[in-house]
Amino acid sequence: MKLYRAAAGAGAIIALLAGLRTASAAEDTIKVGVLHSLSGTMAISETTLKDTVLMMVDDLNKKGGLLGKKVEAVVVDPASNWPLFAEKARELLEKDKVAVVFGCWTSVSRKSVLPVFEQDNGLLFYPVQYEGEESSNNVFYTGAAPNQQAIPAVDYLMGKDGGEAKRFVLEGTDYVYPRTTNKILRAFLHSKGIADGDILENYTPFGFSDWQTEVAKIKQFASAGKKTAVISTINGDANVPFYKELANQGIKASDIPVVAFSVGEEELAGIDTRSLVGHLAAWNYFESVKTPENQAFIKQWHAYVQNDKRTTNDPMEATYIGFKMWTQAVLQAGTTDVNAVRQALYGQRVRNLTGGEAVMNSNHHLSKPVMIGEIRPDGQFNVVFKTKDVIKADAWSPFIAEDKGKVADWPFPWACGNCTEPRFKAYQ
Amino acid sequence: MTAIANSLSAAPARRFPAGFLISAAILLLVVPALNLIPPEGSPLHLPNYVVPLLGKYLCYALLALAMDLIWGYAGVLSLGQGAFFALGGYAMGMYLMREIGDRGVYGNPQLPDFMVFLAWKELPWYWTGFDHFAVALAMAVLVPAALALGFGWLAFRSRITGVYLSIITQALTYALMLAFFRNEMGFGGNNGLTDFKDLLGFDLSRQGTRIGLYLASAVTLGGALLLCRHVVGTKQGRVMMAMRDAESRVRFLGYSVTATKLFAFTLSAALAGLAGALYVPQVGIINPSEFSPANSIEIAVWVAVGGRGTLSGAVLGALAVNALKTWLTGAFPDAWLFFLGALFIAVTLVLPDGLVGLAARLRQKTSFRSRPRDSGTPEKKHA
Amino acid sequence: MRILHIPLILALLAPLPVLAGNAPPPAAPGPSQPAPSFTDVLAGLDGDSYDDRISAVEALGRLGDPRALPVLSAMLDGHLYEAPGHGLVYGDPDAGLRSAATGEAVAGLTADDLSEIPVNNRVRGVILGVIGGLSLKSPEAGVRIKAVEALAERQPDGAAAALKGLLSEETDARVRAAAATALALLNLGSPERHLRQEAIAVLATSSDPMVEGRLRQYRDTEKDPDLSKAAAGAIHDISVRLSLIDVGANLFQGLSQGSVLLLGAIGLAITFGVMGVINMAHGEMIMLGAYTTYVVQEAFRAFLPSSFADAYLVVALPAAFLVAGAVGVLLERTLIRHLYGRPLETLLSTWGISLILQQAVRSVFGAPNKEVGNPSWLSGGVDLAGGFTLTWNRLAIILFCLGLLAALAALLRYSRFGLHMRAVSQNRPMASAMGIAAGRVDALTFGLGSGIAGIAGVALSQIGNVSPNLGQGYIVDSFMVVVFGGVGSLWGTLAGALSLGILNKLLEPYAGAMLGKILVLVLIILFIQKRPRGLFAFKGRSVEG
Repeated sequence: MKLYRAAAGAGAIIALLAGLRTASAAEDTIKVGVLHSLSGTMAISETTLKDTVLMMVDDLNKKGGLLGKKVEAVVVDPASNWPLFAEKARELLEKDKVAVVFGCWTSVSRKSVLPVFEQDNGLLFYPVQYEGEESSNNVFYTGAAPNQQAIPAVDYLMGKDGGEAKRFVLEGTDYVYPRTTNKILRAFLHSKGIADGDILENYTPFGFSDWQTEVAKIKQFASAGKKTAVISTINGDANVPFYKELANQGIKASDIPVVAFSVGEEELAGIDTRSLVGHLAAWNYFESVKTPENQAFIKQWHAYVQNDKRTTNDPMEATYIGFKMWTQAVLQAGTTDVNAVRQALYGQRVRNLTGGEAVMNSNHHLSKPVMIGEIRPDGQFNVVFKTKDVIKADAWSPFIAEDKGKVADWPFPWACGNCTEPRFKAYQ
Repeated sequence: MTAIANSLSAAPARRFPAGFLISAAILLLVVPALNLIPPEGSPLHLPNYVVPLLGKYLCYALLALAMDLIWGYAGVLSLGQGAFFALGGYAMGMYLMREIGDRGVYGNPQLPDFMVFLAWKELPWYWTGFDHFAVALAMAVLVPAALALGFGWLAFRSRITGVYLSIITQALTYALMLAFFRNEMGFGGNNGLTDFKDLLGFDLSRQGTRIGLYLASAVTLGGALLLCRHVVGTKQGRVMMAMRDAESRVRFLGYSVTATKLFAFTLSAALAGLAGALYVPQVGIINPSEFSPANSIEIAVWVAVGGRGTLSGAVLGALAVNALKTWLTGAFPDAWLFFLGALFIAVTLVLPDGLVGLAARLRQKTSFRSRPRDSGTPEKKHA
Repeated sequence: MRILHIPLILALLAPLPVLAGNAPPPAAPGPSQPAPSFTDVLAGLDGDSYDDRISAVEALGRLGDPRALPVLSAMLDGHLYEAPGHGLVYGDPDAGLRSAATGEAVAGLTADDLSEIPVNNRVRGVILGVIGGLSLKSPEAGVRIKAVEALAERQPDGAAAALKGLLSEETDARVRAAAATALALLNLGSPERHLRQEAIAVLATSSDPMVEGRLRQYRDTEKDPDLSKAAAGAIHDISVRLSLIDVGANLFQGLSQGSVLLLGAIGLAITFGVMGVINMAHGEMIMLGAYTTYVVQEAFRAFLPSSFADAYLVVALPAAFLVAGAVGVLLERTLIRHLYGRPLETLLSTWGISLILQQAVRSVFGAPNKEVGNPSWLSGGVDLAGGFTLTWNRLAIILFCLGLLAALAALLRYSRFGLHMRAVSQNRPMASAMGIAAGRVDALTFGLGSGIAGIAGVALSQIGNVSPNLGQGYIVDSFMVVVFGGVGSLWGTLAGALSLGILNKLLEPYAGAMLGKILVLVLIILFIQKRPRGLFAFKGRSVEG
């Protein structure tokens, strides 16, 4: 009796786990994994991207699916928990056998799943602006690299229209993206003749909410007599109290402009923007840009979420471009096989929602236009600057000493994301 | 599994528990065999990804066991248990970082990538020795144990009890989380330690290594179970339980409550550190969010679901809750928190003694032949 | 924008010459015309590029026509529009528009007819300077001070003359002082030595960090060693005053952070402190309060005229109390009631409740943050000395939480319910024996604690995020405050919250935000060793609490 019960007890969990995989059965669909946090701290940003992928899948199925098969989204919740991201990625790839995964927001979640995708030869589309310093054969990065966001923004601030700033506060949350961006920016500012004494670098914890001291410090730094600007790499949740404090302490954009790289339409939807007019953000996409593509996209989005007030934002466009490129590459390759799709992705073109064409480069990053917008009272952005051409993302920054000579180029003969000479040099 | 509880708690009967042997056999032999022998696609085949998943659960089970020792047996609700787990994990992570050598992004044979990036020139002193596995493993146990010893000595000596102790242990893990988030600390900041390549020369991405790690977790868990079973059976263990039920009385009888608590707390921290060290190579990342107070509360929840004050209950609770979580986050990504929350509420209302208590109750109902009162659930008397 | 909108702008510009001929009276032709007319210059605001618009703004400044003031102010706020058939109009499209040229009301235009005149920060900066020059003549002293400050900061051409003119006829002392400082700042760059000397003497009395910065720059460029030394002395004087002000500012900020901690903890001081329930769902009660605020605000925006919009807080306070309180009573009756005497089980089940409430809010309202606006009377602040701004919302929160605590203390001390509550918490069987319905008191007490957490949510929505995770950010700190202050003591909670807030803010400038917080936590841990029952220990007979 006892023996039997004990065996049953221990075996039950294994049975449960084994049972998990029976879910995957039908082979007549193409599965698309969605790996975005739907609970926990990152749900604020990531749920929107899950909805975007679902909308795109829906749209694709209305057009008749892909290669004659229906496309099915497999949604999981990694719950803003980084080890869980790796676990869920493995589950998607090995249990559900998805053809591609759209997912991740934070760099640490990407770093966590990276070994899984490389071991299982999966395909991940990562849609968020990030610090660069990476190029994996299994990841396509559709968000901006620092040279597609930070450098043009600082250039603008130093130009006539930006107010000819001479002094810079680099205010960020203490993690790798702000640290890298600020390292690049410091080198860039040096190259423009700005001395270290005119740069103030400051870091605060995640979710920081009491900005009184920090904002007072910014005011003090700005009182030295030179035109001062703030470059903000403050992450997510900490932004609302930061901007509220800025407004209440009376910092106007015409005195000390704040340019942010992580604040878009969705973040502004949670803030009363009337007192923030004129502060800036740099992105590759703004909802306020009026092109036929963008208007159609916004209309489709509103219809899909059944809410006319939901905003669109840059990571959504990055998801859109990534999804389109993957679709096109699958059609071109005639299969969802990862190796074939990867080859078909290089040089794939998709029209940007804001005009022009995004191109997938052989370093797994996009060429996209860069725009700078000023916050309007209605929570949208007024585009005050746009690059003439698309800018190609650098996986490795020329402003970081350790990156000297590093090349990310995946086709023959380089076939490498982090090399100083081609892998197949001998065969050239 | 439940049988373990019965035999264990019926301490005088030193019979070797059959359930333990059977569980061990399943975990050590059947699981690897099902993964390795049947071909892929066969209904008997255990998919590759399940092995590290089970390994992870076993680490959680070990952690729950440690929690049960200090909470279920010594009556001290430590909400900082996650800190010991994470410290053990970091110790192992540091070794794994050193093992990467010059295969990192920046190819520096001495420094991990994040240090190169922060423009550090040499390894900080506290990283010395972590290129040896034995040192790392020892540190994974000793650092949490030493922290528990120091912290516990201060706290128990001042007779901090009940919620006060729970809250300051929470403050401890919270402070450590903030500290490890700082990039200047030299532990990789928010990204933590990741991108591991191999362990003792074995490639971490190979299935063989994963099975090895899984087996190591299973063996360690088994060993820890036996150790805890032994400890709670000793005189020290009896004093521990007496202290849980009536602390003042035990003190008045002349036993040193401080020493007993300190012993349980330190042992528990060491086990938690060991669990962390086994956990990190299997999940491939350790970062400061492991220190978050919510994680430590979750550990208490596993123990409560399984059955506080029974060793098998802790193990069972950790396995059950985590397996459920794995399933729910995939099957109901938008609503799984409802199920999990409802489960926690239901357990407190309907199953005050957890799953083990439920099993005991069912057994009493169905079997007349049941020996009088063999359920190991201890009498509850809460502070 | 320029690239993308060329067709759009061309389309708008095309009919413009015709309209321009209609709307303003045609300027008298002829080369002898020395100054362009107001309306001509005004039309330049609709220029093609930012440069064109800036030169038009500057030209308006040179004209000095006060009619430009409302137009430029509207332009600053993005409320200057080009309307086909009406030329430039300004104002709020919903509240009524006026013609820029004549100032007369223009009717019959909707938002769709208008195209905004784009401004960027550079244009705004120039406008501010010009407005400054134009509003030196304003009848209000406050506006004149702002104007003087704008002149001092932007130093447009002719600023010195304007300031001298103002000083000669100004009677208000504050305006005079501001103008003197502004003039002195201008005079620092003067070629005449005695002017510079006088300027240093004037500036040495200032306590404005901006002045200090300018003096530093000046000191480094001044060739005359005596003046350079005098400047150094002035800088020293100012920085001594500034560091004193800094201490005061830190104290205020600490008080403000302390009051936020107190708001988070005050409900918990009831549910946990008085009732002993380890209420992990406490943070979610705060969150419910914040979401109630959001719903009330949206209802006001949707159903009431916009002049009432600021009043939503008045309704949100009781609404939040009722919603969170009702949820609290419901929880107590259905769940927590069964768990008295088992505090650790309540931890488990309230943890479950917290998960459910978070997910419920996420399902209903969506995961992204919700916008809760500050009413206009809570926005902004007043600039005190030394660049320290006393912000209204912070001040309001300090006063509000002290008021809330006082009301709560009065309720406990003087009301019948408070008496029952204290009786039940001190000696439950005896209270029951005296005929107090202990169960009802429990439910109401828990409801009270939850309701107060809801009210705290209203206040906290004014300074932070409104998201499903809102509660998680407060729960750890709140428990820390209650325990540090001493479980069961309202005054302990007050003292604990304020001292932790002030300590944190005093440490922050030296240690940084992260390390400061870590130090505070370590100090709490050490403090509890010394006083294991917190700051204000509850004196009772129980040996084991």
